[in-house]
Amino acid sequence: MITLSAVKKNYSSDVAIGPVDLQIPSGGVTALVGPNGAGKSTLLTMIGRLLGMDSGAIEIAGYDVSRTSSKDLAKIVSVLRQENHFVTRLTVRQLVSFGRFPHSKGRLTVADEEAISRSIDFLDLGELENRYLDQLSGGQRQRAYVAMVLAQDTDYVLLDEPLNNLDMKHSAQMMQMLHRAAQELGRTIVVVLHDINFAGHYADHICAVKDGVVTEFGTPEVIMTDEVLSRVFDTPVQVIEGPRGPLAVYY
Amino acid sequence: MTTTTHAPPKGKLFEPKLLIGVAVVGVLLLFSLFTGVYDIFGAQDGGEMFAITRIPRTIALVLAGAAMAMSGLVMQLLTQNRFVEPTTTGTTEWAGLGLLAVMIANPGASILVKMCGAVVAAFIGTFIFFLFLRSVSLKASLTVPIVGIMLGAVVGAISTFVALQTDMLQSLGIWFAGSFTSVLRGQYEVLWIVALVGVAVFLVADRFTVAGLGEEVATNVGLNYNQVMLLGTGLIAIATGIVTVVVGNLPFLGLIVPNIVSMFRGDDLRGNLPWVCLLGIAIVTVCDLVGRTIIMPFEVPVSLILGVVGAVVFIGLLLKQRRRA
Repeated sequence: MITLSAVKKNYSSDVAIGPVDLQIPSGGVTALVGPNGAGKSTLLTMIGRLLGMDSGAIEIAGYDVSRTSSKDLAKIVSVLRQENHFVTRLTVRQLVSFGRFPHSKGRLTVADEEAISRSIDFLDLGELENRYLDQLSGGQRQRAYVAMVLAQDTDYVLLDEPLNNLDMKHSAQMMQMLHRAAQELGRTIVVVLHDINFAGHYADHICAVKDGVVTEFGTPEVIMTDEVLSRVFDTPVQVIEGPRGPLAVYY
Repeated sequence: MTTTTHAPPKGKLFEPKLLIGVAVVGVLLLFSLFTGVYDIFGAQDGGEMFAITRIPRTIALVLAGAAMAMSGLVMQLLTQNRFVEPTTTGTTEWAGLGLLAVMIANPGASILVKMCGAVVAAFIGTFIFFLFLRSVSLKASLTVPIVGIMLGAVVGAISTFVALQTDMLQSLGIWFAGSFTSVLRGQYEVLWIVALVGVAVFLVADRFTVAGLGEEVATNVGLNYNQVMLLGTGLIAIATGIVTVVVGNLPFLGLIVPNIVSMFRGDDLRGNLPWVCLLGIAIVTVCDLVGRTIIMPFEVPVSLILGVVGAVVFIGLLLKQRRRA
C-alpha cells in the first residue's frame, strides 16, 4: 500500500500541491487522471522519491520514502518519468539490464539475465533486443523503458504517461500488458494517464487530481459518471455505455 | 507473447577484434620506439639513449593517450553531452593555473608538488563547471561545450596575465603546448598514477554508465548520483592534472575517441573501455610520430597535430549531429 499523509509541495505563491492524503491499495492498476498542470506527475515523482516534498510523509509498503535509503527503495519501487532522452547509445538489452542494477550492481548473474529476458519478452521486444535505442521508433523506445522498470522486479511500479508516443495499437497493448503485470506478477502499478477512457477501461482504481489536490478516488464505476468527470475536467462530459464498458464523450 | 531465444552478450571484453587492435597499437609503439634522430643502433651509447628517452616517451604516449581518452568518456557520460572533454570544459586550463600557482609560490617545487597543484585546481574547475551545468540544466548539446570553452578561455587569460606579471609566460607556453619531447627517464614516472585511475574507472564503469542515463534514472535504480559525480570529477581531475603537468595540453583527444568508439560499439562503458584506451593511444602515437618526422631533425609539438586532426573530426561530428537532428 502507498500512503500519502498531508503531503505538500510549494512551487510559488500561487502554485502549490497538497495537502494530499491518499491511500493507494496494493495490487492492480491505479490511474492518476486530471487536467493539465493539476499535479499528477508531481505527485507520482514525489512518491518515487525523485522530488522532495515540503511537508508530509509518503510510505510505500511501510517504508518512509524520505527516510529509507535510495538503494533499498530501488528494490521496492521503480519509477519512470515521462521525458526520457538518453545521449548514451545503448541497445535495448543493455538498457533493460540496468533495471537489474539495484540487485546486481552491474555484475549480472544468471538470474539477472533471466529476469532481463523475461521482461524483454513481456514487452514483446525479443526481436529488437540487440538494436540501439536511437534506431527504434518512439513507441518501441517507450516499451524498452517500461521493460527496464519491470526488470527491476519491484512490487510497486510508477509510470508517468506511459502511453505518450504510442499509437492506438500500442497504447492498448501497453495497458493490457500493465494490467497483466498487475494480475499475473502481483505488481502494484500507478500510472498517470491522459485519456480518461483508457483509465476507465483498464484501471482498477482511478484517482482524480485537480488544482494540486486529490478530489476523487474510487473504482471506475464510481468515477466514470457525467457529474464527476465534468467536475474534474472542467468541461462537459457525457458517459455513454459502449460495447466494452462506459465511454466518456467530451468532443 | 513470442518467446525468442536470448543470447546474452557474454565475455564481450576479450573478443578477437580486441587482439587485432592491441597488435596494431603494438606496431605503432614499436615505430615510436625506433623513430628519432639519434642513431640508437650505431652510436656507442645507443642503448642508454634508448632507455633514457625512447622507452619513457613511448610509455608516456600509452598512459597519456589512454588517460585523456578515458577522461573524455567519463566526462561525456556524467554531463550527458557528447561534446565535452577536459579541453572543452576548462579542466586543462584550470590544471595549468594550478601548476602556475605552484611554480610561483615555490619555484623549485618537485614534480609531485606541481602535480598536486594541477590536480586540485582541475578538480575545483571541473566541479564548478558541473555545478553550473546542473543549476542551469543546460541540455542543448552545443551550448555546453561553448560555455566550457569560454570558461576555459577566462581561466587561461587569468593564467596568462599572472604569468606576464611574474615573468613566467615562456614556461607557461612550453607547459601548455603538449609535447612528448621532454619526457625523460626520472621525470615522467608520476604518469603511472593515471594507470591506477584507469583501473578505478574500470571498476566503477557501470555506475558511470547509469549516471549517464540521468539523475532520475540513476536515483530510480538506487544509485547515489552525487557521490558518483564527485568520484568521476575526482578521477578526471587526477588524470587531467597529471597529464597536463607531465605532457601538457592534448586537445580534442577525449572528445574524438569516445565518439568514434560509440559510433561503432554503442556506449556500454565497461566493454568500451579497452577500445577507448587503445584508440586514444593509437591517435596520440600517430600524431606524435607525425610531429617527430615532418620537419626532421626538429619536432612539432603533438598538440599542434592533435589540434588539427581533432578540429576536423569535431566539425565532422557537429555536421553529423545536425543531420541526425
